[in-house]
Amino acid sequence: MTAHIDVASRRRRPQRYLPLQVLLGFLLVYFLVPFWWVVVNSSKDAAGLFGGGNALWFSDNVDFIGNLQELFTHSGGIYARWLLNSTLYAVVGGVGATALAVLAGYGFAKYRFAGRRFSFAVLLGAVMVPATALVIPTFIMFSRLGLTNTIWAVILPSLLNPFGVYLMHVYVRDAVPDELLDAARVDGAGEVRSFLQVALPLMRPAMVTVLLLSIVATWNNYFLPLAMLSDNDLYPVTVGIGQWQGIASANNSGGTSLWSIIIMGSLVSVIPLIIAFLTLQRHWRGGLAIGSLK
Amino acid sequence: MTLQISETAPPRAEKTRRKAPKVPLREQLIGWLFIGPFGVVFLAFLVAPLVYALYLSLFRKALIGGTSFVLLDNYTKAFTDPSFLDGAWFVIRFSLVLIPVQMLISLAMALILDIVTSAFARFSRLMIFLPYAIPAVIGALMWGFLYSKNFGPLGDIFGLFGASAPDFLSNDLIFYGLLNIVTWQWAGYYMIILYAALQGIDPTLYEAARIDGASTWQITLRIKIPLITPALLLILVFALIGTLQFFNEPKILRDLAAGAIGPDFTPNMYAYQQAFGLANFNYGSAISFALGGVVFVCVYVFLFATRKRGSFLS
Repeated sequence: MTAHIDVASRRRRPQRYLPLQVLLGFLLVYFLVPFWWVVVNSSKDAAGLFGGGNALWFSDNVDFIGNLQELFTHSGGIYARWLLNSTLYAVVGGVGATALAVLAGYGFAKYRFAGRRFSFAVLLGAVMVPATALVIPTFIMFSRLGLTNTIWAVILPSLLNPFGVYLMHVYVRDAVPDELLDAARVDGAGEVRSFLQVALPLMRPAMVTVLLLSIVATWNNYFLPLAMLSDNDLYPVTVGIGQWQGIASANNSGGTSLWSIIIMGSLVSVIPLIIAFLTLQRHWRGGLAIGSLK
Repeated sequence: MTLQISETAPPRAEKTRRKAPKVPLREQLIGWLFIGPFGVVFLAFLVAPLVYALYLSLFRKALIGGTSFVLLDNYTKAFTDPSFLDGAWFVIRFSLVLIPVQMLISLAMALILDIVTSAFARFSRLMIFLPYAIPAVIGALMWGFLYSKNFGPLGDIFGLFGASAPDFLSNDLIFYGLLNIVTWQWAGYYMIILYAALQGIDPTLYEAARIDGASTWQITLRIKIPLITPALLLILVFALIGTLQFFNEPKILRDLAAGAIGPDFTPNMYAYQQAFGLANFNYGSAISFALGGVVFVCVYVFLFATRKRGSFLS
């Protein structure tokens, strides 16, 4: 859009705004302090954690490897299992939700059918329903069906992403011209083919964004799996670490050794999404603006 | 890219109405086929749970006499239950403080990053956004550690000045402790949305304003902020929906902040406790439904009131 023109016109101006840059520096420290604390303290053993040393600097005994080993061997390596579960839920739930949003967004934007305006109004209303209000009734429904405490209890509700449909709709409406689709039809392409070969490639930026948003939402979800799952082996990493933390806080003296693996576990659990965001930067940066531009 | 549904919708709607009989059945059918898969998920995991919650909330289970139909008794109970009311009052107070603070911070950061274009600024933009990728559970834990007397740095830092550290996990300060965590977690995400909206503004507007003698400050107040109002409203709605269903952070900090956070701290925590702690599913459903209803109505009223400013219902 206009972004690169914008930058170019500004590049002519010399580096300045020093006070603002300093302010940014302070903000940066604030936003990074928790990460720094976790990195530093995941290298400490119980003695280093509780010994009263500097909380924001390494102790004499830097032992990342030891803590990592302990993390992945504690309770028979359950942590690796949690990571795998989180990945499974996030990928299946995220890809599924995105696929549904792509289809529905395209349908809303490019077809006229009876009940379209009504359904779209309902969809917008659904964006405003808090997801957590659905957890308890969904749990009771699933328990009737025998679905609680299975992977489906977490995956199926994650497929619902009304905001994703809304984003896809807004994007398709503007980025996929009707003329192009008509031209494809005139050339003899069926509806499916014009969707797959003409529209879909144009929808990629919005697709990546909706995919990332859905994956983050599922990976970070806590209430839903906490309510649905009772089997340790099915927990995602959020519920697992939450459980460890409960145990460690409950027996304040005996649980001290658990703290170092909780800290290491927190660090390891945030790495996949951080990598995903840093590597996919180009794709989501523009996409996050969909739905907020005039 | 626009949020203005009404601006584009009315002409299209007229067209649809006039042509309504002419839209071939086949095209209508294909439209529904594209919506269909999502429609099924929507009915199964949004409409059905809502209807079911409403249904369950009309009954009460007693040890003697089994389940009985009580109509709105559960709601009367909820809206006179101090636990629910205190929780609701907390999240409302919390939103009233959090949302302005969070929006001001993210707006300020977006405006700064829109002006400053150094490599350092680009790096900061990414790092400020990073907490969004962190699960709320882990974010709460990280800050819980920083607040903690056992392994947090606050004691050392305040010790330098000979002061005792504030305990953000205590009864008095937990409000601010949570406020800080949520701001840290979401300000970057909102900043990115606002920043993207700012980048979408046509820069010739600034040139024109400068020729007319406008200062940077005037350009910011008179051009930039008014033009990104739809984005501001969008994040306001997100923040409102998110805060009213507050659950993860207080639930995690509960173990660390002994005594400051009760099981009925927020309506969602109370519903969770009723359903899973006390197996009181009917009452839990009533609270969930009441919460969902309150959030829906609040947001809808808000969007309706601001529809002229370009929110997404307009």
